[in-house]
Amino acid sequence: MSEEEKITESEDTEPVVTESDSIHYIRAQFPDLIQEVSNTFGEETIVVSQVNLIKFMTFLRDDPSFLYNYLSDLTAIDRLNLDDTIRFAVVYQLYSHKFQRRLRVKIPVPEDQLHTESVVSIWPAADWLEREVYDMYGVIFDNHPDLRRILMPDDFESYPLRKDYPLHGKGERDNFVF
Amino acid sequence: MNATDLDQLGQVEFKKLQKERASLERSTDLPTENMVLNFGPQHPATHGTLHIVLELDGERVVKATPHIGYLHTGFEKLGEHLSYNQFVTLSDRMNYLSPLCNNIGYVHAVEKLMDIEITSRCEHVRVALAELTRMADHLVSIGTAALDIGAFTAFLYGFRAREELYDLFEAVCGTRLTTSYTRVGGLLRDVPENFVEMAKNAVAESLKATDEIDKLLTHNRIWRDRTEGIGVLSGDDAIAYGATGPVLRASGVDWDVRKNAPYLGYETYDFEIPIGENGDVYDRYLVRMEEMNQSANIIRQALERLPSGPINSDSDHTVFPDKSEVYQSMESLIYHFKLNMDGHGPLPPVGEVYTSTEAPNGELGFYIVSDGSRAPYKVRVRPPSLLHFALFPKLIDGHMLSDVVSVLGSLNVIAGELDR
Repeated sequence: MSEEEKITESEDTEPVVTESDSIHYIRAQFPDLIQEVSNTFGEETIVVSQVNLIKFMTFLRDDPSFLYNYLSDLTAIDRLNLDDTIRFAVVYQLYSHKFQRRLRVKIPVPEDQLHTESVVSIWPAADWLEREVYDMYGVIFDNHPDLRRILMPDDFESYPLRKDYPLHGKGERDNFVF
Repeated sequence: MNATDLDQLGQVEFKKLQKERASLERSTDLPTENMVLNFGPQHPATHGTLHIVLELDGERVVKATPHIGYLHTGFEKLGEHLSYNQFVTLSDRMNYLSPLCNNIGYVHAVEKLMDIEITSRCEHVRVALAELTRMADHLVSIGTAALDIGAFTAFLYGFRAREELYDLFEAVCGTRLTTSYTRVGGLLRDVPENFVEMAKNAVAESLKATDEIDKLLTHNRIWRDRTEGIGVLSGDDAIAYGATGPVLRASGVDWDVRKNAPYLGYETYDFEIPIGENGDVYDRYLVRMEEMNQSANIIRQALERLPSGPINSDSDHTVFPDKSEVYQSMESLIYHFKLNMDGHGPLPPVGEVYTSTEAPNGELGFYIVSDGSRAPYKVRVRPPSLLHFALFPKLIDGHMLSDVVSVLGSLNVIAGELDR
């Protein structure tokens, strides 16, 4: 069945599980994985631990009651100034074409263990988005097919979007060799 | 030497060449190697600065490796040091073909964060301007795509109509390109008195141009040969690779933020979403052409029912007071200063929002994290161009070198938005 048929067919279908039920459903499938659930501004966010990330994300994409088939955005937050114990978080904005519903998934990434699993195998859209996060925050995505810097020069050493990186840079511009 | 001698010499030479060629064709183990060709960073078809390293086997593209970042401006870093209203000026420098859509998309996210409801007049003006911008963007993207392939006239027709639209933007915003017209909770100022009339004229001119472009290109043999079956993207792949906007819809997926998650009251307008079948360059062109007609529809409806009333939201202390008020009344002057001074004025709640709007290129998302201070803790832009350009190596695989500009033009990659 093509994607188009899937979508037109499902226009009148109600979601199999409602917003709050969905969390219970995930909890039942992956006990001890969800660390935090919040619903602010009408947007549902779940914070999950990194364990079994690939399995969990594949579940979100393929389970018939979720079908988050579209990775809308992938970014990271440096929570240095937010009094958080874990410094970084990788943020996934998921969208389900079938149920027309969004979900934000956050994965905490501690500063001394800057690794997380790449989701390129699940959503190919993550390729450049993960490269950008690596470029800007230094988070390393394991099993990424081609993890290189994307926006900054290849020999750039710092990670510009980190909160401890000054707005005017660390003198890279002045010392740039032409 | 006389003519017969020359002729004989020619015959001899010719036979020698023939022999050489035959022996060349016989030998199969002749060493060939792929050629590496740099496309850009400076190239007329890149419309900005981007770089593709093409590995060629003859004229066939074996591998394409895009390199981006030449226009990296650090908007997201700058955003963390600017107040919510100041960032508006950066948003329109991202996609310089559709600045108003970026302005609108950004303040839409901030208004959600601050829980501000905009007035009905403001909503209608924003819809009209967003759709006018969509028409301007599509005219240019189709025009330049045609120009890159060699059809010069379509480009001129498109630009002539865009001129009308830009004159309108100038009358409304005071600037043509860097509009910065929106403010959190409203607009810079109300539209001029003759806005409806001007907008109708601009739409009529643009439709005339689309008509002319349609006559020039849609059934043009060369145009169709250069675009049909080129850069084909299936619907499933389009979703998996994060394509949105005309690129997604040309692949047959019926998804548009304006329909599927309406904002600014789009659900009250009567319009249709054009969908392609084959997902090739030609279908992307057709989808964009039809989208302009639909945009004209929406603009007509918005202008017809454009309500009178205030342009800025009523919620005091969060929205800039009217400039004439600032000069006349003390209260307004105080609010104006409070909004602009550090450590004063209303602060947003702690939290985070992600909103998306349908920009001409696709889903334009803004993810704002607020720590309750005057400047956002993080502003993330979800640029449609980045995900579309990431698709490029997949789309060009196995095509000819001359198709590179064709595919690139159909994706409408805007380097400012790509690199931010």
